[in-house]
Amino acid sequence: MSGYDRALSVFSPDGHVFQVEYAMEAVKRGTCAVGVKGKDVVVIGCEKRSALKLQDTRITPSKIAVLDHHVTLAFAGLNADARILIDKARLEAQSHRLTVEDPVSVEYITKHIASVQQRYTQSGGVRPFGISTLLAGFDPNDDVPRLYLTEPSGIYSAWKANAIGRSSKTVREFLERNHVEDMDREQTIALTIKSLLEVVQTGAKNIEVAIMSAGKTIEMLPDDQIETYVKNIETEKQEEAAKKKTGRTGTTTAAILTRPGGGETGESSRSAE
Amino acid sequence: MRGPTIIKAEDDKTRQLNKSTVMAFSGEAGDTVQFAEYIQANIQLYTMRNDAELSPNAVAHFVRGELARSLRSRSPYMVNLLLGGMDPISQEPSLYWVDYLASLAPVPYAAHGYAQFYCLSILDKHHHPDINLEQGLKLLEMCTDELKRRLPIDYKGVLVKVISKDGVKEVDFDNNRIVTSA
Repeated sequence: MSGYDRALSVFSPDGHVFQVEYAMEAVKRGTCAVGVKGKDVVVIGCEKRSALKLQDTRITPSKIAVLDHHVTLAFAGLNADARILIDKARLEAQSHRLTVEDPVSVEYITKHIASVQQRYTQSGGVRPFGISTLLAGFDPNDDVPRLYLTEPSGIYSAWKANAIGRSSKTVREFLERNHVEDMDREQTIALTIKSLLEVVQTGAKNIEVAIMSAGKTIEMLPDDQIETYVKNIETEKQEEAAKKKTGRTGTTTAAILTRPGGGETGESSRSAE
Repeated sequence: MRGPTIIKAEDDKTRQLNKSTVMAFSGEAGDTVQFAEYIQANIQLYTMRNDAELSPNAVAHFVRGELARSLRSRSPYMVNLLLGGMDPISQEPSLYWVDYLASLAPVPYAAHGYAQFYCLSILDKHHHPDINLEQGLKLLEMCTDELKRRLPIDYKGVLVKVISKDGVKEVDFDNNRIVTSA
């Protein structure tokens, strides 16, 4: 055996570290998490795994964790791995307070988490963390919203809005289409929930939402409020669909008229491909 | 105060440990703040790890444990403490007295340092279990008046913090009132 597929952290001949790529696969299988920045808020939305009939949902851990009063983390991937990483981050946040008498900045704690994740791709006897994280919050004495992403490889990056986990591509594309600058609190929450509804079928009861605003600690959106948002979005969608339907009857007749010409050019361009 | 020199008169010798607990400290300069902030960070960490606010009673026992551990180390903290808190669940107020030998006692009133020789007798005479805030502040004023009269150093006054079910707030306290000798 050549070894690169036996040792955890050895390159394959074509430059891949397979364990890291498998970790990214684990992230893709995790439940979806979304982060969106507004003008003066950051909102995090998570898909909750639906509870079994006999499960005690009161103690089932959340996918959203408080790292310090002003920083919140959401993850996608292996829950158990996340627990360890979150604990390391909380410890660093308090340690930072103690040594330099200042709370961590969001970028600092992101960098710390990413460094831990990177270390676990290059050390012996360990496997990488099977999680991606979204960090949301505000730097101390600052009102600029921050949103960062970390990956199992140790990459970290800043975003206006992003999604991780299952179907994150669909959600990210939705966000790319619908994100606008300087959204207010309501718009930001609505966009977060709307983007999650693209991939969460079961609706309000399987979503959790956290809001971070400047100088405040985490605020979890109550279930009944999430439900009203979901209802509003659904009626809005239905109205749009109805409008499209009536609109389409108008255009269909037009389409029939123009199709012969349009159809031909479409055909010819395809054959050229 | 360090020896015969006053360095700072309005130094805040308290740290808020969580929503409902405040720790006041005196003792070796440096040790005090170092220990208080170490406790503060650990209480905060515990709260976030377990998603549970610690009661003043739990905090007091944790603090005593840390101080007892430190006492048996090569360089123990020389810190005397007072812990005041309001239990978030039972809404009961409590006060704990802790000294640098890690003795812990729940008490109705307490004082540390040289001032205790003047204050404890007054508190002993006038304190009552069911006094209200106003009466409490009045009692404190009686103590500071006595310190102004009898303490052989230039007395600079006190910083007053009140812990109630609504959290912790600093209250104004007139430290410049002239007290005539009895």
